[in-house]
Amino acid sequence: MTLRKPCTIKDVHTGWCQGCGHGIVVRCIAEAAEQLGVSDRIVAVMDVACGAFIESTVTYNYLGAAHGRPIIAAAGVKRVLKDDVVIAHAGDGSAYAIGIESTIHAALRNENILALVVNNCVFGMTGGQMSPTSIIGQRTTSSPSGRSAVRDGSPFDVVKTLRHFDIAYLSRGSVDSPQEVERTQSMIKKALQKQLDKEGFCLVEVLSPCPTNWGTTPLNSLKKLREEIKPLFPVGEYIDKGGQPV
Amino acid sequence: MEKIKTNLARCKGCFYCVAFCPKKAITPSKTGGTNGYPTVRVDVEKCSKCGNCYRICPDFVFEL
Repeated sequence: MTLRKPCTIKDVHTGWCQGCGHGIVVRCIAEAAEQLGVSDRIVAVMDVACGAFIESTVTYNYLGAAHGRPIIAAAGVKRVLKDDVVIAHAGDGSAYAIGIESTIHAALRNENILALVVNNCVFGMTGGQMSPTSIIGQRTTSSPSGRSAVRDGSPFDVVKTLRHFDIAYLSRGSVDSPQEVERTQSMIKKALQKQLDKEGFCLVEVLSPCPTNWGTTPLNSLKKLREEIKPLFPVGEYIDKGGQPV
Repeated sequence: MEKIKTNLARCKGCFYCVAFCPKKAITPSKTGGTNGYPTVRVDVEKCSKCGNCYRICPDFVFEL
């Protein structure tokens, strides 16, 4: 067994904070693409957010979308470049708040793209404000006393929203342990294969820690992810193939 | 058998690898890394090449 970073990952110091899960997710994408032999056909569409550091980390082709709109921009790219493999690299703030309408409508049209949503329960790059997926009681810079269900509403769950849409694939992974990382990588690989098979819209959400904006150490953030966030957002595959819930 | 290789210049000292190493072969280093972050020290003799460090590392430090 040889475990070596994919050759598409540049030999540079990444731009993400200490302990950020984005690096793990990016490696999962790069590995999946390498295993499927499509590394040279990937077009990644970036948001104006933490996910944009993928551009300085991996040697793909990129399009920088307007703030919060990587999914709808990716759908446009895919319609023009039909033979390329298009990934929208989004966060929870972009896919579920600023760009929620494009997430819903791309799913309604069953656009043949992979929407990869790194869910860390905050707006990361803008300073740790509350996002739709922030959990009840979570202290953020815009909810210093903690999120209140009465004042701010309940956390957004993409599975509850897209569960009965006629899309190709919907799953949620996590990066809180090596085993979960392995499982997430296989989900991303499966979603890319579905795009190659022209099955339609795939959304893979990955629960990820954000030690900087959660105000804790990287190891404590993994613990928080495992004990507080994962029970609220269960991991697993929810739709697989042709919109038929499994 | 090839041994574990590291590129500690990339390490940011999150210590995820330390937490998930079943053989306790990875420990926090007393000397800092090249970019001002803390880093780790690997005892290659204790390593069983399970791959946990490779999978959990956000900064692509390990190769095995």
